[in-house]
Amino acid sequence: MGELKGIYALWYREVKVFTRERSRVISSIVNPLLWFFIIGGGLGASVSFGNINFQTFIYPGILIQTALFSSIFFGVYIVWDKKIDFMKEVLVAPMKRTSIFIGKIFGGSTDTLIQIIILLTIGVVFIVTGILSDINFNVFTIFITIVFLFVTTVGLVSIGLIIGSQMESPEGFQLIISFVVFPMFFLSGALFPIDNLPFWLAPFILANPVTYAVDGVRGVLIGISRFNIEYDFLIICIFSIIMILIGTYAFKKMKI
Amino acid sequence: MNNIIEIKNLTKKFEKITAVDNINLEIKEGEIFGLLGPNGAGKTTTLLMLTTLKPPTSGTATINNFDIIKQPDKVRKSIGIVFQDPSSDEILTGYENLKLHGWLYDMPDDLKEQRITEVLELVDLTNRRNDLVKKYSGGMRRRLEIARGLMHHPKVLFLDEPTLGLDPQSREYIWEYIEKLSKEKNITIILTTHYMDEADKLCDRLAIIDNGKIVVIGSPKKLKKDLGGDIIRIKAEKLNIDTLNNLNYVKNINNCDGEFCLTVDDANLNLQEILGIIGKVDSVEIRTPTLDDVFLHYTGRGIRESSPEGGWAEKAMHMRSN
Repeated sequence: MGELKGIYALWYREVKVFTRERSRVISSIVNPLLWFFIIGGGLGASVSFGNINFQTFIYPGILIQTALFSSIFFGVYIVWDKKIDFMKEVLVAPMKRTSIFIGKIFGGSTDTLIQIIILLTIGVVFIVTGILSDINFNVFTIFITIVFLFVTTVGLVSIGLIIGSQMESPEGFQLIISFVVFPMFFLSGALFPIDNLPFWLAPFILANPVTYAVDGVRGVLIGISRFNIEYDFLIICIFSIIMILIGTYAFKKMKI
Repeated sequence: MNNIIEIKNLTKKFEKITAVDNINLEIKEGEIFGLLGPNGAGKTTTLLMLTTLKPPTSGTATINNFDIIKQPDKVRKSIGIVFQDPSSDEILTGYENLKLHGWLYDMPDDLKEQRITEVLELVDLTNRRNDLVKKYSGGMRRRLEIARGLMHHPKVLFLDEPTLGLDPQSREYIWEYIEKLSKEKNITIILTTHYMDEADKLCDRLAIIDNGKIVVIGSPKKLKKDLGGDIIRIKAEKLNIDTLNNLNYVKNINNCDGEFCLTVDDANLNLQEILGIIGKVDSVEIRTPTLDDVFLHYTGRGIRESSPEGGWAEKAMHMRSN
């Protein structure tokens, strides 16, 4: 009971702070829309895959991109918590470190899911107004998409927290973005199909867990996918479980 | 009275330095006990070990009869702590910060609400409870954090530099609350400070810590009395130290900020002779000893010479030590 209440407390704090900082919510929505309109619109003018236009093609990719950036970047807040003494206040409370980690995961995942739900809503509006076509939105596909993204997000938030728990300065986090987040994004098939890859590129893409999230969500929403959706989901689940285990360990070893 | 804290051979070594060097200490229930020393003396490290946040290299301690190494969960339930750096979330309101604390400490809802009302009243923040913490002044924020540390009625409250960086008026306030707490709630309070006036005003007993070791323990009154007599502070070109040391009423000669501080019995009676020996002086001042003099006496230097006071330098040091 005590541990659950503690987890709830940490979740409550993250979500309260996130929704209170309007700029964080707004900027997290603006960036994907820029990708959608500028990259999607610009490249889409001359690129399409089969009968699917490019903007439609990258819409699932942009959902994952948002999840990826916002989840991993969530780890920077733990560095701030350590920099002031908030982290100590939490660590000195009579609860387990595993529970602290779980509370943080739920908090970060909820923040990300709020953004995803806004982007899905915008997507539905685009379909209704005819800006987008060929996306199969219904209660079922939206539900599956959210489940997919939730599981992915849990794994990605764990990565952010693992990195954050080991870092001492927020500045260093920028490097992580360059060395972890961008490669994971570009090597995920978010922007291009992964059917006919050059042989040297294929292993990187297949080793990237984000690839399977993109593939699964694209399969659900547009109906194009390389693997079957159950397989994608399985890989994502395994990825997230491994990350949770590493994260639990990292939190136990975290120094203050 | 019972010992609420017993520290046995507590030691913390970092790669090259020994931050806390074999400390032994007993603190009684209901005391306000001060750990006084310059920055980097090992006060905060001691506090972090006592609050189970850093493991000791060797030795241990018991708090409320629970061992800090073997029973950290029980120790955590027995203590409250107010950290040196801000530890409240400034994007939450004062009330929300306290609510969070109540959840983290698994308090039943009605008890939690009752305690929040109670502690906010205690630190005079009732009318600001629904303001975001970022709108609080530094002193108000510290008071909120003290209130939070008390919410779960700890047996022992740790305060790490409770008035660091606060304006004089806020310091007075905080001191009042600490005294009130100690009297009304019978909570044992352990505070670290490098402010002599703070230690002098608040503490029933204090330990002077320097380079990780306890140099002396006692009540402020006794420590000052033990120095014996008065302090004569003299500004002069040079001093004939050997001759002065031979006088049986001169107990100690120290260099303080470029001037000379003599600890002597009955300065009023003996000043004439001392001045006769020294010859030409620029200025003379007689006063009764302060804790500054106690510190100087036991460590051979002033607390302020040891390190810069407060401000950014302290922050920098603190961050590096994390």
